[in-house]
Amino acid sequence: MMVPDDDRSSRQLSPEETRRRVDASLRRRYRRERLFRFYGLFSVCLGVVFLLLLFGTIIGNGYSAFRQSFIHLDIHFDADVIDPDGARDSDVLSVADYSLLVKAALRELIPEAASRAERRELNQLVSAGAIFSLRDTVMADPQILGQTKPLWLPLNSEVDLWLKAQASGKVGAEVSTRLSEQQLAWLERLQAGERIELRLNRAFFTSGDSREPELAGIWGATKGSFFMLLVTLLLSFPLGVAAAIYLEEFARRSWWVDVVEVNINNLAAVPSIVFGLLGLAVFINFFGLPRSAPLVGGLVLTLMTLPVVIIASRAAIKSVPPSVREAALGIGASPMQMVFHHVLPLAMPGMLTGAIIGMARALGESAPLLMIGMVAFIVDVPSGPMSPSTALPVQIYLWADSPERAFVERTSAAIMVLLAFLLVMNATAVWLRSRFERRW
Amino acid sequence: MRLPTLLLILVAIVLAAFFLGRQRALSLARPAGGIRSLHSLPKYYGYYAALGAVLPGIALLLMWAAFSESLITARVVQSLPEALRNQPDAELGLTLNDIRNLAAGQMFDESRRAEFAVAADLYNSLRESSRRILSGLVVALSFSGFALAWFQLRPQFRARNRVEGAVKVALILASLLAIATTIGILLSVSFEAVRFFRQVPLSEFLFGLNWSPQTAIRAGQVGSSGTFGAVPLFVGTLLISGIALLVAVPIGLMIAIYLSEYARPALRRIVKPVLEVLAGIPTVVYGYFAALTVAPMIRLAGQQLGLEVASEAALGAGLVMGIMIIPFVSSLSDDAINAVPQAMRDGSFALGATRSETIKRVVVPAALPGIVGGVLLAASRAIGETMIVVMAAGLSANLSFNPLQSVTTVTVQIVTLLVGDQEFDSPKTLAAFALGLMLFIVTLLLNIIALQVVRRYREQYE
Amino acid sequence: MLTMDKSEDVIVPPADAAPAAVLPVAAERIAPDTVGDVTARNAVICVRGGNVHYGDTHALINVSLDIGRNEVIALIGPSGCGKSTFLRCLNRMNDTIESARVSGDFRLDGQDMYAKGTDVVMLRARVGMVFQKPNPFPKSIYENVAYGARIHGLAANRAELDDIVYGSLERAGLVDEVKDRLDDPGTGLSGGQQQRLCIARTIAVNPEVILMDEPCSALDPIATARIEDLIDELSAKYAIAIVTHSMQQAARVSTRTAYFHLGRIMEVGPTDRIFTNPSHKLTEDYVTGRFG
Repeated sequence: MMVPDDDRSSRQLSPEETRRRVDASLRRRYRRERLFRFYGLFSVCLGVVFLLLLFGTIIGNGYSAFRQSFIHLDIHFDADVIDPDGARDSDVLSVADYSLLVKAALRELIPEAASRAERRELNQLVSAGAIFSLRDTVMADPQILGQTKPLWLPLNSEVDLWLKAQASGKVGAEVSTRLSEQQLAWLERLQAGERIELRLNRAFFTSGDSREPELAGIWGATKGSFFMLLVTLLLSFPLGVAAAIYLEEFARRSWWVDVVEVNINNLAAVPSIVFGLLGLAVFINFFGLPRSAPLVGGLVLTLMTLPVVIIASRAAIKSVPPSVREAALGIGASPMQMVFHHVLPLAMPGMLTGAIIGMARALGESAPLLMIGMVAFIVDVPSGPMSPSTALPVQIYLWADSPERAFVERTSAAIMVLLAFLLVMNATAVWLRSRFERRW
Repeated sequence: MRLPTLLLILVAIVLAAFFLGRQRALSLARPAGGIRSLHSLPKYYGYYAALGAVLPGIALLLMWAAFSESLITARVVQSLPEALRNQPDAELGLTLNDIRNLAAGQMFDESRRAEFAVAADLYNSLRESSRRILSGLVVALSFSGFALAWFQLRPQFRARNRVEGAVKVALILASLLAIATTIGILLSVSFEAVRFFRQVPLSEFLFGLNWSPQTAIRAGQVGSSGTFGAVPLFVGTLLISGIALLVAVPIGLMIAIYLSEYARPALRRIVKPVLEVLAGIPTVVYGYFAALTVAPMIRLAGQQLGLEVASEAALGAGLVMGIMIIPFVSSLSDDAINAVPQAMRDGSFALGATRSETIKRVVVPAALPGIVGGVLLAASRAIGETMIVVMAAGLSANLSFNPLQSVTTVTVQIVTLLVGDQEFDSPKTLAAFALGLMLFIVTLLLNIIALQVVRRYREQYE
Repeated sequence: MLTMDKSEDVIVPPADAAPAAVLPVAAERIAPDTVGDVTARNAVICVRGGNVHYGDTHALINVSLDIGRNEVIALIGPSGCGKSTFLRCLNRMNDTIESARVSGDFRLDGQDMYAKGTDVVMLRARVGMVFQKPNPFPKSIYENVAYGARIHGLAANRAELDDIVYGSLERAGLVDEVKDRLDDPGTGLSGGQQQRLCIARTIAVNPEVILMDEPCSALDPIATARIEDLIDELSAKYAIAIVTHSMQQAARVSTRTAYFHLGRIMEVGPTDRIFTNPSHKLTEDYVTGRFG
């Protein structure tokens, strides 16, 4: 027998007792195991559900914005109304009161709207922007004066909402609307007469912002975003690559390089709004650059994406094996030639991938742009990086803030467009990576 | 001459300089026995000449861009009548704005047009002459720079080394830009913040319980009205970020655990990119989602339960912000969990621990520093997040910890104070910079600590 | 508890032993690939026809071996020969490797380890394992040892837990070195101490078998000697299977030795015979250092 040299070890459990106790614990432990596993799966599902809910909401709200209600009117281009002098002077044509033509055409369709109040209600059905398409028609072809031409003109957004609700199968009281009984009756008559149709909403893709939802489009914001990204790409890519080359290939380890490195990592995590403050204080107040200009936006986004590009480029340079460098130096290339002729081309796909991901982040960014005045209400489509403009995400913010109900679907549609751009950019990055990725 | 024309001319000069420089190298080489007698390839002589042409011009251009506007403005201010010139700074800024607008032909307020016409004309003429002088100087400098480079060219001239030296300097400058950005943020934001603190004492800002900047109206009463106690903003920020972390940390951590410890590779391959999509969605979309879908849902649920829910309750913004940072937490936790050596798990399994016991008692404690670092980064993200709170949180600065109440945050206030018409130098505008400075310092500290923790942790298992 | 002289437990082969021809017929049928007697008297673990596949590789081929109570069996062989794989089968550690498939008859005390109703937790509580590299948990020394007892609910109260921890540290020969710093992290100990901590951690669960996968390969000679002494002491209470690369170690600590080659057990026998008079050509080549 083993002599117990200490009363502690004498109290050791027998194997049978150990087995009994383990056995007793098993049920409880397996229940916990299942529960824990369930929590994990539940969390994963929750994440996926959030994503689906988000996309569901956006698409469910937004898909209808790609179509818009139009009314088919026989417009008589009455020369007496548009151009009483008959001079066809473009100054006169551009300021003429085209709403009279619309009113006349409507009166013809619904003659029984006689009183002043009734006629006003009737005229309200057609978008205030219809006159612009009439004006453009006349300006493009003054010969049309005196003729009658059937045209599809946009309806007011309130009408548009009601018609879309009808089209989706909702009836009567289910649809809340600000339209009067009388207006609804007219609309039903026009529908019966096949005067009203849901058609592709071209204005949404071709025009700038507008106070009238049915005229508002994303082209202005898209172009603003484009100019901004152009500036960002042209600046942040070369600068980021240059910084990465220096840090990876030329800088000797020292406290100073450590400072630069820590600083770059920190900068990548600084809130974007702080970059907006920097842009406001430096670019606008100090250098006096114009507010709301894509150039300034691009500069701010450059500073913001620079760390991302530098980090990605460094990773790409690091992945080029030292043997390539040794081979180049071995045949007498200078370090600079080695980098620019050999390392850089091999690292390029990785750098481009990083740049695209940085650009995608910049495209979705809005907070710093609010600081530098890109939230202004701008109708004109910008013509260059110096003209005032807004950006796609800021446009979404502006529309999301508008009280008109019709902007809800347009906001969602604009988000769909923005997400589509981001998807394309990220897919390109993934494709680039898989296409050119080399394993050494 | 306008800027684009000037740039075009510069490009032409540079191209010409390159070809001339190369040509010169070739012609120098011919009598001396061909290209082999040159120190560097002929193109490097071209590069050198081109650099000589472009660098002085660009330097001048940048200097000019930095200082000409303020010099011109100073001259214009001098020309103003006594009464206008001696206005307080804020008023003077407005006047100058008007003058600039008028000069650009964007002034529609007829009554003030006459008053500023002289100044605007002066402004325009000064700008015109500044532009002319600049163009002349730049072209002259480019030519002389080129000439200087040209006369240096000899067969034994070390052109490549010189050019590479210049490239290296450019690379160094590019890498310094990140530092310059940090310094720029610190200087510009704190410069304005210091001006704010001259009008509003720091102690009031940090410890005051009342925030109502909107009453601080135009000059004359500056500083005498408007209260700038930022505590309600700090509390609001903490409340919303706290809710966000309460949502994101458990869910994100459990996702990371499930994907790295339980899920089969096939599931992981699908779910991971799907969750990364969540990280790629712009914050403005989350803000819209919060305002359009989540806030009404919460209000409805509150009504069912008989609770008083504000229409811009902190809960809604916090919840959606939490969803936004889930992928952030989960990917950083995933890194941390994967860094725990398999031997650690084996040790636990070999003792008869179940998988969840191993995770809870060994893997997570071992990965804790990495996870904590990730959570700190997520917190810094939540504190600095702007669009979601701008769109879904309130504007009124309630000092409240109730998630069903409407609170406001630091970022919301920065945006509200700076968007729209702003008078410079009013404490209202400057307050935004003071808040920005606070935000920058707090997030910077969080980031430095978090990155340090994560780095230490990685080294531990490498 | 019986104290047994080591030699008593060894299955001593007949004096004229060795060549395959004179083996008992039964043994040959059990393990046709193996020279020597794979069976053990009083076996606690019984493996018959064990196979392991990792994806497409057949890592363990038709292996049969018994492990008797109170014996120390050394598993030797060149790297990649399947000895660690075999060891990991005995407490189903291969379950954690996704591509691994195990087949054959593995029995602990007559119960099929891989049967549907067998509980892995219970199995691993009974068959402990010590790894190549010391892998203490990032916890205090005390918590490292208490871990198993805590998860299995072996201690009803703090006093019992203290007893288990002290007792285990004592039997692992570590108590004098660490008793003043039980709250220090286990990772702060030296390599040899860490490995003994891992052994203490294992015996705290009171297992019947301890599997050791090259427990000394990461240690210096002095620490190795201490572990070897410890194994010697522990063999009084536990069945021990030890994988080792060092033939000297196998000779020092084990009573029986199995030689693995390319996934098969080539030869099993008393340690002194394997090292002095191996029957199989490959065993001879290995123990004489011609390869390995």
